[in-house]
Amino acid sequence: MASIALEKLVKRYDKVEAVHGIDLEIADGEFVVFVGPSGCGKSTTLRMIAGLEEITGGTLRIGDAVVNERAPKARNIAMVFQNYAIYPHLTVRQNIGFGLYTAKLSKDEKNARIDDTARILGLTDYLERRPAALSGGQRQRVAIGRAMVRNPSAFLFDEPLSNLDAQLRAQMRIEIKKLHQELKTTTVYVTHDQIEAMTMADRIVVMKDGNILQTGTPVDLYENPADVFTARFIGSPSMNMLPALALAGQSAVPSDDVLVGIRPHDLLAVVDGAVPEGAIVTLEGVVEAVEPLGPETMVHLNVAGASLIATSPGTLSPAVGSRITCTVQPGKLYLFDAATEKSLGRK
Amino acid sequence: MTDIRQKDAVSRFRPRVRPGRILMWTLLLIGGVIMITPLLFMFSTSLKPASQVYDLRLIPQDPTFSNYVKVLTSTGFGRWFFNSLLVATIVTCSNVFFDSLVGYTLAKFRFRGRRFIFIAILSTLMIPTEMLVIPWYLMSANLGWLDSYWGIMFPGMMTGFGTFLMRQFFEGVPDDFMEAARIDGMNEFVIWWKIAMPLVAPALSALAIFTFLGNWTAFFWPLIVTTSSELYTLPVGLSSFAVEAAIQWEMIMTGAALATIPTLLVFLIFQRYIVRGVMLAGVKG
Ligand SMILES: Nc1ncnc2c1ncn2[C@@H]1O[C@H](COP(=O)(O)OP(=O)(O)OP(=O)(O)O)[C@@H](O)[C@H]1O
Ligand SMILES: [Mg+2]
Repeated sequence: MASIALEKLVKRYDKVEAVHGIDLEIADGEFVVFVGPSGCGKSTTLRMIAGLEEITGGTLRIGDAVVNERAPKARNIAMVFQNYAIYPHLTVRQNIGFGLYTAKLSKDEKNARIDDTARILGLTDYLERRPAALSGGQRQRVAIGRAMVRNPSAFLFDEPLSNLDAQLRAQMRIEIKKLHQELKTTTVYVTHDQIEAMTMADRIVVMKDGNILQTGTPVDLYENPADVFTARFIGSPSMNMLPALALAGQSAVPSDDVLVGIRPHDLLAVVDGAVPEGAIVTLEGVVEAVEPLGPETMVHLNVAGASLIATSPGTLSPAVGSRITCTVQPGKLYLFDAATEKSLGRK
Repeated sequence: MTDIRQKDAVSRFRPRVRPGRILMWTLLLIGGVIMITPLLFMFSTSLKPASQVYDLRLIPQDPTFSNYVKVLTSTGFGRWFFNSLLVATIVTCSNVFFDSLVGYTLAKFRFRGRRFIFIAILSTLMIPTEMLVIPWYLMSANLGWLDSYWGIMFPGMMTGFGTFLMRQFFEGVPDDFMEAARIDGMNEFVIWWKIAMPLVAPALSALAIFTFLGNWTAFFWPLIVTTSSELYTLPVGLSSFAVEAAIQWEMIMTGAALATIPTLLVFLIFQRYIVRGVMLAGVKG
């Protein structure tokens, strides 16, 4: 196990700079998730840590050693790929065994390690099968097994769940998290799925256009997004974002050139015409669509031309086309500078 | 799946044989006859005594194995067979190894001049063998390779086509496989041999089969480069029956029949791969 430190890490492909000198300290045993839109440099950064991509500039440390020039195998990290990269011509046992390729162990010791790993991952009954005879989730587990068997100092995952269906993804999410709690191996996990980021991470790193926008715990990022991008990226459904002008007349909203963010879960539909006490913003809109989710219903509203999503308690499902009133409690408004999109705090 | 089953069910109520089918079968039948007739004549002639060779009956009047005895005992047949086997095997192994090594490098590594090298290799495909024979001959003469096994084999040890074929297949192997292996600590050669090669096994078997058959039947170059009968390959050896005094058809046909046996075996054993190989080469190549 080891900490990982990125100092001014740069990656340039010919003329394009994909990663612009990022700084990041990953503590020993930490589970860090990189999120960001497609093409923002998540994979590139991960691959530089793995040693699959040459580092153009800056310093990469694993543990105490600078590893910029080290081959992947000398870094003692393990990586799990999106397409699993398990070999179709080998059995599960052989595939997992590949993780021990360079280990100086006897055959019995290797087999014992493979059996242990298979047991943890629930693959014991499949050890002699070939990947073609496994389900997607089992294949992914084999890939994880190959990474685990070696006791690496860090795990790297590049969108490992994106080829699985939603249900399996939710299940594997929990499994990977449990595994991390058990093994406590430093983990860097890349995804563009904010739910994966929120549910798995000790710390989330939000990237955009080759830069780190913000790092913090999931709650941190949810409560205090540094800018519009993070605010909209973290949380589902996305935060409603309105120019202050659209909220003119609301006393709580400054009249400057700002953007106002309201999370759908903070924009509450008024039930029985009883406007709750202390609301700082009151909006009226026409219902365009409703999404009943059981415990609550997401209401899509049109407020003076702007589309917003509000929440109404599970049982109350307003009719499409009707007018309803929504309110926001104090402290639930996120303000952003309209020009720089940087956060101006909450109100 | 259900779709296909339904279609089957429907077709049961229609006349089974449609005109299109009949036409197709007729064409296939004609094609089959055209291809099989020479083979049948070859076997038939090999069973006829010399005096009846020009009697074009398909069933020999008095079949005899004397030609076989003669070919196997009083000619260099055994030696030629061995030579062909040796040459074809070595050349095949060499192609499987080097074509795929170069193909892999061209497909999976980024380096200066990669495109140029690839195009240079591709362009060799456009040069017909007939044009190359004279340079090969001069080269062999200068280097003392005439009338040697190496002389027979060297032009075919690697081929542009094989390299191109393998490159196309390695292109299709996801990089993840190699990178995972790299992280697991394998060196590049082992990655190629243990990971990449098994993943293109169908292409490799196609390449091996075509190379083997091509060399087994190769005639022109071995004829030119060999002078002593001990170094003849089978096709060259068989053709020597035609130059001594008169054309001894029954001997040629007997030798050819014997020479066909390994080819037939290869086809029967690897039929599945050959069909797949032809399809692969057609789709990708
Ligand atoms: N081999 C390459 N040559 C040139 N540019 C590249 C190369 N690989 C990646 N890039 C560029 O670097 C940038 C970052 O790519 P990267 O793969 O890291 O994105 P990502 O964040 O992983 O996106 P995704 O979510 O789609 O996987 C992209 O703009 C991409 O076009
Ligand atoms: Mg990526």
